[in-house]
Amino acid sequence: MATADDAVNQAVTDKDDGVRRRDFIYIATGAFAGVGAVAAIWPFVDQMNPSADVLALASVEVDVAPIAVGQGIKVSWRGKPVFIRHLTEREIAEAQAVDVASLRDPATFDERTQEGHRQYLIQIGVCTHLGCIPMGVADGEPKGDYDGYFCPCHGSHYDSAGRIRKGPAPKNLVLPDYEFTSKTNVRIG
Amino acid sequence: MVRLIGFAAGIVFVFVLALAALAPREASVPDPTEEFHEHPEDIHWSWEGPMGLGVFGGFDKAQLQRGFKVYREVCSSCHSLKRVAFRNLEDLGFNEAEVKVIAEEWPIEVPAVNPDTGEATTQPATASDRFPLVYPNEVAARAANNNAAPPDMSLLAKSREGGADYIHALITGYEPVPAEFPQDRVQESLHYNPQFHSLWIAMPPQLSDGLVTYDDGTEATVDQMGRDVAAFLYWAAEPKLEQRKAMGLGVIIFLIGFSVFAYLAYRKVWADVKSANVGGPGTRSQVDDKGLHARGPGERG
Amino acid sequence: MSFGWAKPYEPKTDLGRWFDERLPVPRMVWNSLGGGYEVPKNINYFWNFGVLAGVALVIQIATGVVLAMHYAANTDIAFQSVEHIMRDINYGWLLRYMHANGASFFFIVVYIHIWRGLWYGSYKAPRELVWMLGLVIFLLMMATAFMGYVLPWGQMSFWGATVITNLFSAIPVVGDTIVTFLLGGFAVDNATLNRFFSLHFLLPFVIAGVVMLKIWALHIPGSNNPTGVEVKGPADTVPFHPYFTAKDGFGLGIYLIVFSIFLFFLPNYLGHPDNYIEANALSTPAHIVPEWYFWPFYAILRAFTVDFILPAKLWGVLAMFSAIILLFFLPWLDKSAVKSMKYRPQMKLWMYVLLVDLAILSYCGGAPAEEPFVRISQIAAIYYFAHFLIILPIVSARETPLPLPNSIAEAVLKGKESTGAPAGAPDTGAAAQPAE
Repeated sequence: MATADDAVNQAVTDKDDGVRRRDFIYIATGAFAGVGAVAAIWPFVDQMNPSADVLALASVEVDVAPIAVGQGIKVSWRGKPVFIRHLTEREIAEAQAVDVASLRDPATFDERTQEGHRQYLIQIGVCTHLGCIPMGVADGEPKGDYDGYFCPCHGSHYDSAGRIRKGPAPKNLVLPDYEFTSKTNVRIG
Repeated sequence: MVRLIGFAAGIVFVFVLALAALAPREASVPDPTEEFHEHPEDIHWSWEGPMGLGVFGGFDKAQLQRGFKVYREVCSSCHSLKRVAFRNLEDLGFNEAEVKVIAEEWPIEVPAVNPDTGEATTQPATASDRFPLVYPNEVAARAANNNAAPPDMSLLAKSREGGADYIHALITGYEPVPAEFPQDRVQESLHYNPQFHSLWIAMPPQLSDGLVTYDDGTEATVDQMGRDVAAFLYWAAEPKLEQRKAMGLGVIIFLIGFSVFAYLAYRKVWADVKSANVGGPGTRSQVDDKGLHARGPGERG
Repeated sequence: MSFGWAKPYEPKTDLGRWFDERLPVPRMVWNSLGGGYEVPKNINYFWNFGVLAGVALVIQIATGVVLAMHYAANTDIAFQSVEHIMRDINYGWLLRYMHANGASFFFIVVYIHIWRGLWYGSYKAPRELVWMLGLVIFLLMMATAFMGYVLPWGQMSFWGATVITNLFSAIPVVGDTIVTFLLGGFAVDNATLNRFFSLHFLLPFVIAGVVMLKIWALHIPGSNNPTGVEVKGPADTVPFHPYFTAKDGFGLGIYLIVFSIFLFFLPNYLGHPDNYIEANALSTPAHIVPEWYFWPFYAILRAFTVDFILPAKLWGVLAMFSAIILLFFLPWLDKSAVKSMKYRPQMKLWMYVLLVDLAILSYCGGAPAEEPFVRISQIAAIYYFAHFLIILPIVSARETPLPLPNSIAEAVLKGKESTGAPAGAPDTGAAAQPAE
């Protein structure tokens, strides 16, 4: 608060006892104003954070039984697509054959699928580069150089386990929290 | 010129208003049912705090849970609560698991889409869902309720004069029609309630002693249930009351502190001027000596 | 823009000088709110309300901008979006209650500010344009507040919008066409809500622009003061900073305390319960009233109940607008050369009557349209027009003012009853020509 600054400067030149008191009052007033202003800003900032209903958004239950081998579906979860793909034997074999150490973001095939449900690859379908949706989960879409996913925005290629192999993306496709509630039912989130 | 036009306009307005003020009034027909109206009892709610000032005091969670039970078992068959979500029930002291069960077991399911056929269907509610509608729309609500749509209860306590007092008074206020009530004003298809603005309400009496069995052993009298459900609906309408009041106390105490120091600072800043005034206008230069504002006497206009 | 003895802006640092030579914003602030603005030293707490009005405008714009991040101007979801703000948005309840109560408090501050201007003659030469720009702000505020009240899409929003837009149907011949044009349809509906939202967002920034003009215009002659005697010399004034920044800081603290009491403990006291019912085009609430700050004008509107040459409805609309428009002519309706009511013993009494009259009009405007309120508001409306258009011009031309002090400094020195200027002598502040 400028009032305090100005007055403080003035007080410095004075020497009598009244000045100490004055000094304190100006500094205290300025401190109050400063603290109050900063505190008042917080609600205006925090309102931009996700609201209670968004944070409470439901998990999604999906029945994966209808997904044939070699097919995939997109499910919307928290406003983002989740790719659920029923992998073929060939795709699993390809993914397992890769030398993990050579990967940009090392992860084994087993780390990216769940025990007992290895044939289902469930991942968030958002390119880790800048957020586009890679192609390859639906029939007929380009699958990139590694038989997986291809992001058309900046040319990132993911393999059949969703691991980044080529292009600008730094990370593998992200795996959501999910849980198989039965043989063919999965709850995401 | 302005004054002339203004004067003329003023005379015209005054004249027309005088005509209106002097015009005879049509005798108003007295309403013979006026005297039967009653006013809600002023109840001391938990959130009104000591002396009813409303400074302190929050919700009584046990009461809100009882009120929720009344809502669930009595009101919810006709009245929706569409702006409140099941997850909000955690405010009442239910834990996450209990809320989940309440949502799943809610008698009405929430709308959904069949993923295989795309047809509209329903599914059990989850904690993040809002309370489902009882009727799909107002027409259906009217059709099912003698042409009077039961209002949504989410904001009832804020949308009625008297708030929770009124809700308690209304739900417990049913009486037999007084003998002296004018016969031609009796409305057979409605129910007599002296708390209601028109005295005749479409909703039949709902509460009777022991209708609900409270989990905490409170005796379920009509008055008790009326209080509990009114408190619950007050929470439903104003769920942030406790945060609001807590923050308000902090803010006001802070502002009082600020104001005290700001006042002292103001007195200090002005001390020079006040003392200068004692010596007369010429002493202004004394102020200048302190460097607040340099100014030579010769500059005076 | 100030008196010759005002301390000019002197940059304290090289960077400050560099900046000042290229974009003299710090100099502008210094000259308008800093040590470069000389203010009569005798102004009282009524003069705090100008700064408070500025604070209220800033609060409205700040909360309004963030509310607009969550509000949806669509009749299907507008009401729900407001409840979403109240229930789910972080601090949404705080921001929305601040905005709703902030509007009321903005009007409280501005009404006190206007009354200050009336009482101390701040509308008179040389401040006519300051007064008129203030009235422009007041009109813009009323339009903004009216449209803002429609946005929550409650019953009062809907029916308030219906009633107020239907005022224009009183205009002969083209009235109904104008109403349809304003609404974008045959009733208040989605088109209306959308345009009201857009304009409600725009107008506050227009207000801010007019506020700049008003401050500019004010700084030519400088602030009025309780004596109404113009500044004559350096002994009459002190710099705005630190003297009035300190005083305004204290005033702001008190204002925020009162505001907080309503905001946190009585957030719905100034509102109407019916606005928590979602708009329903098929059912009007039993008793519709505008927000409290429109009550005096609403009472004048409803006071015209008799057709006389023109239909009563048209009279009401004309009178309601005239009630504000006539204030623009106040500087010329008031003939007295003396500004402050302190030295105008007769007009002072009429001013007290006006204050009571405004209170009565307000009360009647909020009461149901039935006897005895209609007749009372008719009598009160008679006085309102008579006061400004008949009594003020006549009394101001005839009354004998009390002797004025020679200067503000003299008045401060308890010289109120001492050697005054000749009664009624023109006081134009000629001794203190503003510097260019």
